[in-house]
Amino acid sequence: MSPSAIIIGSGPGGATAAEVLTRAGWNVVIMEKGRNHLLDPDDLTRPAEDYSNDEIKFISRYFLGPDPLVEPRAFRLSADDGEHTHVGEVNSIPTTVGGGGTHADGKVPRFREEDFGLFSTYGPQEGAAVDDWPLEYDELEPYYAEVERAIGVSGREGANPFAAWRSGPYPMPPGAPMYGAVLSSAAAEKVGLHPYEAPTAANSIAYDGRPACNNCGFCAFFGCPIHAKGDPVALLTRAMATGRAELMAETYVSRIITQGRRATGVEFIDRDGVTHTREADMVIVAGGAIETPRLLLLSGLDHPALGKYLMVHFQTIVVGHFADMRLHPHKGRSVTHVHDDAMVQDDRTRQAAVGAGLPWFRGGLVEHSGGGLPIMEARHSPWGRLHAQTMRESNLRERMWAFIMQGEDLAYATNTVDLSPSIRDARGYPVARVTYQPGHHEMAASKYHGKILQSVLEEMGAEWVIHTSSPGVSYHGIGASPIPESRHVMGTVRMGDNPDTSVVDRWGRVHVLDNVVVADSSVFVTSSGYGPTLTLVALAARAAHHLAGTAPEAPAAG
Amino acid sequence: MPVWLSDHEYATLRAACAQMLPSGEGTPGAEEAGVADYIDGFLGAFTFDPPRIWAGGPSSGRKGGVAGFATFHRLSPLDELAWRMRLEGSQGKPEREFNGPVVGLQERYRDGLVALGADFTEVEGREQRRRLRDDEAFCELLWGHCCEGMYGAPEYGGNRNTVGWDYIDYEGDVQPRGYSDAEVSQP
Repeated sequence: MSPSAIIIGSGPGGATAAEVLTRAGWNVVIMEKGRNHLLDPDDLTRPAEDYSNDEIKFISRYFLGPDPLVEPRAFRLSADDGEHTHVGEVNSIPTTVGGGGTHADGKVPRFREEDFGLFSTYGPQEGAAVDDWPLEYDELEPYYAEVERAIGVSGREGANPFAAWRSGPYPMPPGAPMYGAVLSSAAAEKVGLHPYEAPTAANSIAYDGRPACNNCGFCAFFGCPIHAKGDPVALLTRAMATGRAELMAETYVSRIITQGRRATGVEFIDRDGVTHTREADMVIVAGGAIETPRLLLLSGLDHPALGKYLMVHFQTIVVGHFADMRLHPHKGRSVTHVHDDAMVQDDRTRQAAVGAGLPWFRGGLVEHSGGGLPIMEARHSPWGRLHAQTMRESNLRERMWAFIMQGEDLAYATNTVDLSPSIRDARGYPVARVTYQPGHHEMAASKYHGKILQSVLEEMGAEWVIHTSSPGVSYHGIGASPIPESRHVMGTVRMGDNPDTSVVDRWGRVHVLDNVVVADSSVFVTSSGYGPTLTLVALAARAAHHLAGTAPEAPAAG
Repeated sequence: MPVWLSDHEYATLRAACAQMLPSGEGTPGAEEAGVADYIDGFLGAFTFDPPRIWAGGPSSGRKGGVAGFATFHRLSPLDELAWRMRLEGSQGKPEREFNGPVVGLQERYRDGLVALGADFTEVEGREQRRRLRDDEAFCELLWGHCCEGMYGAPEYGGNRNTVGWDYIDYEGDVQPRGYSDAEVSQP
């Protein structure tokens, strides 16, 4: 009889585990608490047609979930704030079939070699839990290569001079560069930086039965109406096509049922509120770095590191205004160019870190991107007589270009996810409470690299430039929210060889539960400054192959 | 004929929207876009079956393809709970008060429109603007919805004949046509 697994969460990590295990002959049940808008309900091997170019539906009305009225989170900066300072949206990643993959604009860089050995490469930081991962880049490379082919990644080998080694080219060439990114890349090169075409999980050519992206512009925060974005629809449709996967949407897992060192199955609530249980040989948890620790806590797992070391990329946002140019950032795939220079140490960076009282600091991947959509622009424009003229001039949407640096966030024991003592979701369970604030490292790196980014926008011809961040910090004086906007959430169920200091082992298996594996970004030891998706997907593939006793697929000959 | 508001409330709302998004010569405003209808339709979303919360996909038909926006999505039980809480408030119902009472948008609009005064439609524009500014919270709420009604997809009841998009030279939803590589990369 084939082994069986319950996979909790259908996002990139869960979808990858399902695809690898079903390919190896396992039977899997994918339990997703959100709705299915990704796969055709009449034929789950095909994409659905629910997504659209609709700003009201996706931005104003929570189409991809979670709705903060029924699935809120609590937030506070530190334990000194009392129980919480905010209840509602906190780092919300879609609660829907496909999870965070559905709303992402699909930038999927790999980590570099040093990202897996931060402590060995750079050494400690006071107050932070800087550590090495229990695996190296070389070990993960075959899985990176396999998942890049599986989801379909466009990019150009050799474009990024700082990139880690690759065993082969990207499956597809890059897509069309956005006009603003052409200009900002040229300016960045003049300043001595090294911009390149962003590795993107959106088809630049027809690939794997899905069409090429047609540049509609509704990429970041929207589901793709034509499914040119491959993550995770490619993985889920492939898993469903094996006939060995069952998808249970609107299925809320309330507890992993354990007996000694083993899980026997899960307790779940169906869409009508009825509680059931289901057994399986293996339970794979892929709810993301906030919901995964929440479920493990709800299941009674007790470990001193569980929920600790939450990391959220510290976003440095530098915006320039170009009065004489229309940059039409609504045409194209949100971000087509990035640069890595802030992740690379040079003498000036080292001196700046020392000047800030730190042994070292690192920034993150810098995304070249433009303004938003009309409703967003209108909200930030005045009402009354001047409104129409302001919108027609479009200073925010058409004449703005920005850099967003996804800065490396160090792991601090005080940044945590735990269960709220008082706030419940609609089903009556305690919600996740996020306790988070950035440290000196994040703010010092942001200040330093923000100035470099300002100089690039000035070189590009900006009339004026502003520099802010998310979470907001006092030195900007702009009053941005202290709740991080980043959806790159990591840590909280740390991976490691030492069961006293880490929750899961090098394969993602919970140290104290022999048949429970975590397959999402909660296992990250450090955050790097690269988007977490491809790395979490590669880790999920590695964990699933390990369970199945299989190896990653080699590329097709020729 | 309003969907949810009374005739008087609707008239007050229309006048308030017209102050926020005034019409001018060659400049469409809330009146031309039907912004008050958008808000009234939103408040009364549950008078339709399925409720007018999420327009369908994958395209509107404006740039080819099927006119899928016109068919609204059905709500799950959890979706319905969330949207009834948001629109109707908790109304003392235990299943809506798991984190305490919730004041719904219907009540906020009713109260906000009352606060603008029974004579709001009759006073001059300057006085209307003053009253709007006096109620900061309602003004902010109304402004957000005005923006949606002016620049959102027309299937939700506003942006009538895409006047909001046309005025700002924005094409709106573009599936399945999209943009060519040249349109993306060139000025």
